Order: sequence, then structure tokens, then C-alpha cells
Amino acid sequence: MSGILLLEQSLNGLQFGLMLFLLAAGLTLVFGIMDMINLAHGSLYMIGAFLAAKFVELTGSFWLAVLLAMAGTAIVGMALEMSVLRRLYARDHLAQVLATFAIILIANELVRIVWGPQVPLGTPAALSGPVRLLPGLEYSSYRLVIIAVGLAVAVALYLAVTRTKTGMLVRAGASNREMAVAMGVDIRRLFTLVFGVGAALCAIAGAMLGPILAVQVGMGEDILILAFVVIVIGGIGSIRGALVGALLVGVVDTMGRAFLPGLLREFLSPPVASALGGALASILIYLLMAAILAWKPQGLFPARG
Amino acid sequence: MLMRFMALAAALMVASAALAADKVKIGFISTLSGPNAAIGGDIRDGFNLAVKLAGGKLGGLPVEVLVADDQLNPDMGKQHADRMLKRDRVDFVTGTVFSNVVLAIAPQVTDSKTFFIGPNAGPAQYTGAQCNPFFFVSSWPSEAYSEAAGEYVTQRGFRNVIFLAPNYQGGKDAANGFKRYYKGKLADEMYTKLGQLDYAAELAQIRAAKPEALYVFLPGGMGINFIKQFVASGMSKDIQLVVPLWGSDQDIIRAVGDPMLGLFSLGHWTIDLDNPANRKFVAEFEKEYKRLPTGYAASGYDTALLLDAAIRKVKGKIEDKEALRKAIRAADFQSVRGEFRFNANQFPVQDYYLQVVGKTADGKIAHKTMGKILSARGDAYVQDCKMK
Repeated sequence: MSGILLLEQSLNGLQFGLMLFLLAAGLTLVFGIMDMINLAHGSLYMIGAFLAAKFVELTGSFWLAVLLAMAGTAIVGMALEMSVLRRLYARDHLAQVLATFAIILIANELVRIVWGPQVPLGTPAALSGPVRLLPGLEYSSYRLVIIAVGLAVAVALYLAVTRTKTGMLVRAGASNREMAVAMGVDIRRLFTLVFGVGAALCAIAGAMLGPILAVQVGMGEDILILAFVVIVIGGIGSIRGALVGALLVGVVDTMGRAFLPGLLREFLSPPVASALGGALASILIYLLMAAILAWKPQGLFPARG
Repeated sequence: MLMRFMALAAALMVASAALAADKVKIGFISTLSGPNAAIGGDIRDGFNLAVKLAGGKLGGLPVEVLVADDQLNPDMGKQHADRMLKRDRVDFVTGTVFSNVVLAIAPQVTDSKTFFIGPNAGPAQYTGAQCNPFFFVSSWPSEAYSEAAGEYVTQRGFRNVIFLAPNYQGGKDAANGFKRYYKGKLADEMYTKLGQLDYAAELAQIRAAKPEALYVFLPGGMGINFIKQFVASGMSKDIQLVVPLWGSDQDIIRAVGDPMLGLFSLGHWTIDLDNPANRKFVAEFEKEYKRLPTGYAASGYDTALLLDAAIRKVKGKIEDKEALRKAIRAADFQSVRGEFRFNANQFPVQDYYLQVVGKTADGKIAHKTMGKILSARGDAYVQDCKMK
């Protein structure tokens, strides 16, 4: 196994992990502060990607479209919070799961009616080629930009949560909601804000991944499951936990997919090795989760002390 | 009054039941949503074009085409097939794209003595001992494109090649076909999840293996994503990418554009094949849909022509299944692919061509025929088919 291969796979894992982080960040705050399970988070990711594709059509600029999609998805997210989700906070988790699952189905059909099952979204022309990182390693410039955007958002979010007053209130809400309310924090407004920010982060992930994957109805469901794994590993309510969890899941998933089939091929036929390797790679993430929970039942960085 | 009305209604219903034999019902189950929607859409458009050019009839009988979307989900395909066979009582089932869906629905179609005509995937199982009088494939046996690809990379002198396909029936058939004709060393044999969209991990493995050529069997949206990511990874300069016809066809050219130029592919049809049937098809398709046709569309069109000829041959008496079967086997029509006949297993025997993606005289990006790679090729399993 060469160093270049390892480096390239690490970059792939980093890129995937950072995008998972964008999804997990909003999810973990919503879950942490309001104790609310929001399955419809993946729908916001889908809506963000569709909005980005449509805004690219309208404006012709990819980056402007990403910003507009962020704003649009934040508005959709906040409207959803104020109209429906707010009524679910006091209910038990089962009611929340059922209601937000219904929102997934409704969102999928609405998007299908408004925009159709799939819309095209291309890589910006300037980023469609490779960049030479090392002799023998040319890497997709767009994937590098995804990594850069992901890192930038992670830093910005970290600063916002640790250095600003609103961030302090968010942390207070996540570690002890009742106490925060007792101290006079307007938790309702805070939560609408958190929800809007979470939705905007979803839109970034959807818009950035759209050109690599596909902007289509149902795109949010698969990735949502991974986002939940991330927040459980990282500790519910913790941004830092979401980042570490996302990178762990991204790297473990990519490395597993890349190297397990090769290992198995030593003693199995290629189709069987690939199928088994792929299955084992997906199981690997859940093994990781089980191991971490056995070691730290609250996740790596529990927000509630 | 009421009684009389009801009697009239009953009489009308009886009359319409008697008339039902005067039209032909086609159950068209295809993949029409998701990243692979363009494939089913093209087969459907090709099929409908042939019906339209024949005046809304096939073999002189008015046609009703019932279209359903299998969503690339074998269970969904089965549900549609069940409904079409039992409630709608269709005469033919066609339209299918993926071999896993074909394998799921074909048994119930053939068991009910309804003809199944595969316009795209032709799973290898049905070419051999499992061949069935009610099972036809009008496009190509599923190993054939990959056999031609194996032959081509061998002719080019490539000795270090990687094979990549989704892990499903069609992908395994492709591997068998490729290995039958490829004489060099297989540097790696990679299988991905069907429907996978991100190929970063596979591309890194390919870069590390440094092959001379790469044969990639990825239908629809999977192929679009792979080629885009392959070009973005910077490997396209050093590694010759070879694909099946549909791996570089118009649906992918529309999505990827100029980076497609110079890509080699292998298939049973090319847009520039010089025969009257094909010239007419390409011109009419472009006029009707304002885009160039794909191999999928050509197969859909040919499937309708095949049914048209067969129904005409039995003079519209489609209830006589044995006569109808003989008429389909005769394939008595001008195919857009040129020479073509059915084998004993009711799969095509035909030529396979090498194509390259180039620019046409009017600046469009399209396939050009570069030569014939396999002539009158059937498949490797026909001797196991005991059907007469």
C-alpha cells in the first residue's frame, strides 16, 4: 500500500466527514437543546440542494446560489419550526419520530411536484479539473474546495458557539435547558434561531455535495442515518463531538470501503469480496459506535455534565 | 327505465369485451425515476416514436401502452407486472432496464403465457438452460458488449486492465463476458454498490494500480458520476477508458460535455450506422424530441418494430400464442442496427461495433463508428437451451 493511496483516501474520508459534520451540527443542537428527534433534517439537506440548483439556473453563479440556498433553506427551516415542530417538544420521542417522518414524505412529494424527481447541478467550470498535490497525485480541485468550505464552516461555528453571547446561551440550553429558562433565556426564540442555522448548514452540505452526487428526491434519507450515528458517537448537543464523530465516521467508512474488499480478495472471489467488504465497511461504523458507547455511554463529548 | 339502462350498459360491456381482441395492450415497466430515469425515458420515447410513425398501431392493431415506473426496485416491478397481468391483461410486457428487475418479473410474465420482450438487459440465465418460449430479448445478451470490449482491448494490445461494475446480475455478466475475450492481465476486478454515486474510494485504488486501460460497466447516473469524477481526478490523460455503448451515450454526453471526446465504446448500434431504417429513425427522433437518440432509444424503437412485424405476420390474431411466437422469432423487419436475427434461445445474433465520441459536421457531440469488433455474435450459452 503506497503513501499516496493512503493520503488520497484520507482526503476522501476528510471530505465526506466534513460534509457529515455540517448535517450533524444542526441535528445535535436540536436534539441536545430541545430533546427533539428531527428526522426531517435530511429533507432540509434535499431542499438546500434543489434550491442551489435552481438558483444556479437563475443567477449563473454557483457561489451566489449557495448563499441564496442557505438563506432560503434557513427560512424554510424556521417556518417549519414555528408551524409544526414547536408543537412536538413536549411530546415523547415516538410522536416526534412519527411526525417528522411524515414531514420527510410530504417534503419528498412536494419537491417532486414542484421541481421533478431530479435536477441537474454541475461543478463550477473553474473547479472541474484536477490539481496536482504531489508527483503522482492529482486530486479533484472541487473536492479540495469542499474540504476548505467544511473546515471554514467548522471554525466559524466553533467561534460562534464558544465566543459569542448567543453561543453561550446555546451552550447553556444544551447543558441544562430548565436552568437556562429559569435564568431568563428566551429558549423559544433561541431555538428558532438554532433551527435556522442548522437548516443553512444543511443547505451548504446539499449544495456542495450536489455536483458530486445527484440532486434528487430522497437524497437526504441515507445520509441522515449517518448523521445520527455521528451525533450519538460525538455526544448529543456537542458541536465538538459532532466534528470529531463526523471525521471518525467519514474516515472509517471511506477506509473500510477502500481497503476491506482488497483484504478479503486474498481468499474470496472478487464479487463476493466486494459485496462482503462493502457490507463489513457499513457495519464497521456501527461497530465503532457500539465500541464508543460501551466505553463512554454519553458519547465522546457529552454536553450535559 | 333503470332496467333498460342497465341492460344497455351490460350490452356495451359485453361488446367492449369482444372488441378487446382488436387492440394490443403493452405493459411497459421501466425505470423512470431516480438517477437512471433517462434510460427508461429513452426506451419509452423510442418505442412510442415507432408506434406514432405507424399511426398509433402495431401490425394494424390499435395500441394501448400502459407505462409504469419500477424505480429500479425489483419488488415495485413485480407489483406492476402482477397488476398488468391480472387486471389489465396485457399481451406483452416490455420496457425493463435493469437485469435485477427483469429477473424479478419475468417468471410471472412467462408463467401466465404472456410474451416478455426485454429491450435492454438480457440476463445470461435466460440464454442457457433457463431459456423460455415466452422470453425474448431484442437488444443484446448481457455479456455481449463486454465480450466486444474484451476483444477490443486485446486487439489494442492492452495487457494491464481494471474492470469495474456494480455488484448485481448485469455487472457479473459483464465480468464473464469481458474475461472470455480479454487475454491480458486483470489488474483488479472492482464491484460497487448498485446505485453508488461517489467513486472517490475506487478512483484512489485505480490511481494506485496504474492500469493501461479501464473497462467500466456503469449504467445511467452511475456512469455520469463516474466519468465526471474520473475526469476531475486527472487520470483521464494516462488511462484509456473503455465503456459499453451506453457508457458514453447521449444522456451522458449531455451531462458531461466535452470531456467525453475521444472515449471508446462498444455496442450493437451506432447513431451513424448507414442503413435506411437507421437514417429514418435518427431523423424522426431528433424531429420529435429535439435531441439525439441513444442506444436505449434505438432498442425501444426496434422493439416496437419487432412487435409490429410479428403482429402483422399473424394478421392481428395475437391469441394464437404459438403462431405469434414464430412470428416474433422470424424478426421480419428492417432493424436500425442492420443485420439481426434471433438465436435458438430468442436472444439476438448480431454485429458489435467500436465507437468513438467525436464532433459531427454540425458541431454536436456524438458517436462515430470505428469498425466492427465481433461479427454475427450470439452468446456462450445457447447450446444449453433445449427449446425448439
